[in-house]
Amino acid sequence: MFDLSNREFWTVVHGLVLGTVFLLLLGGGLAGLWSLQPGYLTTAGVRERMRRMYVGMWAMAVTAWATVITGTWIVYPWYRAELSVVGDDDFAGCAGAILPGDTCSPRDFLKSNASGDTASWHNFGMEWKEHIAWAAPFLITAVAFIVAYYGPRIVRRPWLRTATIVMLVGGFAAAVIGGLYGAFLNKIAPIS
Amino acid sequence: MTMNETNVKGDRIVDAPEIESMHLDDRVDGPAAAVMLSAGIGIFVLGLLTLLAEANVSIHDFLGELEFDKGVGPLAGKTILASAGFFVSWLVLGLAMRHKEVDLRRWFWIAFALGVIGAVLMFPPVFQAFASE
Repeated sequence: MFDLSNREFWTVVHGLVLGTVFLLLLGGGLAGLWSLQPGYLTTAGVRERMRRMYVGMWAMAVTAWATVITGTWIVYPWYRAELSVVGDDDFAGCAGAILPGDTCSPRDFLKSNASGDTASWHNFGMEWKEHIAWAAPFLITAVAFIVAYYGPRIVRRPWLRTATIVMLVGGFAAAVIGGLYGAFLNKIAPIS
Repeated sequence: MTMNETNVKGDRIVDAPEIESMHLDDRVDGPAAAVMLSAGIGIFVLGLLTLLAEANVSIHDFLGELEFDKGVGPLAGKTILASAGFFVSWLVLGLAMRHKEVDLRRWFWIAFALGVIGAVLMFPPVFQAFASE
């Protein structure tokens, strides 16, 4: 009951658990940052909100790092394993495959076009996702530091608040590209 | 609401009565500029290495050697070096600018430009246009 292979477990941790936590934290962080404007909160409200934002922003940064590290160092090697090479044929192991398997990794499966026109999912989707997703931890860590450094002073700095939101949204966009393509790729060529 | 405004190095400071009772000390903008720039540097390094790995086989192989036999390939080297670029530049710039009042807008836009260039360089149609045969 509820069996998960080691690979499925880590795929779920990388994409579903960490990704969901990241998005939840981002929603709270964005709303919190947006509300740091003169006249929006009482003094007690600012104090209470800042406590949540300090914890939430650093948690978001840690989650972003954990997501890209597990994705790159645990899940990605399974995706890109070269299993299908036989002689001069790079994709011999994928011949007739309808899903990746023991002789056909997800990357080989997609590039082989063994089950439809799938090569673009790797050549564009995976190639974009595996790189751009790493922008998220850089940007979110910077945002967490700025929020921690200035604290309630951000209320008096509308431009700084806007710039911080731009960085947060940039990190979100990078994470969304990674998350969306990850979900599609794991549907078309699952790691199992 | 009427807001009195002052400027510090180009940034607008507005009145916010709700935080005045907190008696907060002033903060210089150097450390924030440092982390903004570092984020831009990290993204730019990743984009540049993505393009170079595609264009040059030697660089591709060198980046792949940083995978520690984990099967990550050149992505290992790209992300390790980009992360190092982020953290090392943050440390160096953070120390250099920790007591400095700077024009935060200027540093933000420099970081923004680096980030955008890096993101463009890691867009597949761009870096794949430089692929070596």
